[in-house]
Amino acid sequence: MARIGVLALQGDVSEHVLALERAGKGKVQVVEIRKSGQMEACGALVLPGGESTTIRRQLESFGLTQELKAAARQGLPILATCAGLVLVSQEVEGDSMVKPLGLMDIKISRNAFGPQRESFEADLQIKGLDRPYHAVFIRAPAIAQVGDGVEVLARVGEAVVAARQKNLLALAFHPELTKDPRIHQIFLNMLEA
Amino acid sequence: MELENLRFGTELLKRGFAKMQKGGVIMDVTTPEQAVIAEEAGAVAVMALHAVPADIRKMGGVARMAHPEIIEAIIEAVTIPVMAKARIGHFVEAQILEALGVDMVDESEVLTPADEFHIEKTKFTIPFVCGARNLGEACRRIKEGAAMIRTKGEAGTGDVSQAVLHMRMIHGQIRSLKGMDDLQLMKVAREIEADLDLVRECASMQRLPVVNFAAGGVATPADAALMMQLGADGVFVGSGIFKSENPQAMADAIVEAVHHYDDAALLARVSKGLGAAMKGMDASTIPEAEALQNRGW
Repeated sequence: MARIGVLALQGDVSEHVLALERAGKGKVQVVEIRKSGQMEACGALVLPGGESTTIRRQLESFGLTQELKAAARQGLPILATCAGLVLVSQEVEGDSMVKPLGLMDIKISRNAFGPQRESFEADLQIKGLDRPYHAVFIRAPAIAQVGDGVEVLARVGEAVVAARQKNLLALAFHPELTKDPRIHQIFLNMLEA
Repeated sequence: MELENLRFGTELLKRGFAKMQKGGVIMDVTTPEQAVIAEEAGAVAVMALHAVPADIRKMGGVARMAHPEIIEAIIEAVTIPVMAKARIGHFVEAQILEALGVDMVDESEVLTPADEFHIEKTKFTIPFVCGARNLGEACRRIKEGAAMIRTKGEAGTGDVSQAVLHMRMIHGQIRSLKGMDDLQLMKVAREIEADLDLVRECASMQRLPVVNFAAGGVATPADAALMMQLGADGVFVGSGIFKSENPQAMADAIVEAVHHYDDAALLARVSKGLGAAMKGMDASTIPEAEALQNRGW
């Protein structure tokens, strides 16, 4: 049985655990990652939503930064949502508070849509899905620039809000907050590939 | 994707915002400089206010929402969410906070109540957090549209006992719903003056349907970890940080304590070298009429 680790330092961890269990239909085991050494046993990782400044700081404090970078290099499938998207990027525009991990060749604009009153729900056309996906954006970042090996999967207006580069699937929205399992299923399919 | 098809201010967006705060520390700040200290320490959000609760207690007079200039300067200073307090029932203060770009309003008993009714929170685009001492209060606030609950505790005392009492009360009441049939749930809903559907939801989920933080008297890393071990989703720290001898060290330590709340060796380490915590006062010595937790209903 595939074991999937959800980084459990801060944010909506339990929502991702539930969403993975739902999409996995008993075929995956989901564990929370809080300590060094726990990632090794995982076949895939999820970086949840939360506050990227807080999670980045905690990665250092828990000694997980290098392990996460190594896991990404080894090709472990990684699903990064919202704060997770900020963390996996190469660069964050005009913002020194978060030092990204540089796992994906993208440049991020944090809080790209404004404060919470500008947070929104939208039916999104996502490459690879036949019907629109109802997506939830909360003080969301956007991908401002993508590098060569990066495939753009969805946009809101001009802003890129979903992208994939090899083993990394990164989203500006929260598939764990809605009941539609299709995004988590795409991610689970990456484990089998 | 057409930009005109977006939906704003839904319950999912409001409760979702609160969920992103889970496992984090939200710190009271009164200046942009304090907000930066909070952000650097790893706070998930800051609460902008005119004075911390301990000073509000001392100053007396009418406690109102913070000055717009202060709130704007704090929003400008940090990238994390900024919350601000409005008086209970003062929906115009809340409207102003929303217009200023605040991410969440705390309809707070720490400020002087403006009405016998709480704010009709469903009418707003931004989410609200409200205090509660028990399940009835929590359900009434959620029914009014609160997207997040926190214990009231007894703000500005540095005495965690009331936050403990309120957290235990809410969890205990939810546990007691387990296994009840619908007639029994109806009776409970009547007794605690709560909406029946919410009581049913709490019974089946065995928790509140929104995020539930601890607040009111948290002053040390040990206090914060205590609340987490008691089942809080996260912690608000009011006077505890900027009324301590070394706010920066205290802020760092409380964030660490919330993240590693079940690791006693680490809690011991982060509790060292912090200087004096806020002096505080024993909450049981406060006369009934002066207790902030009795505001709101």
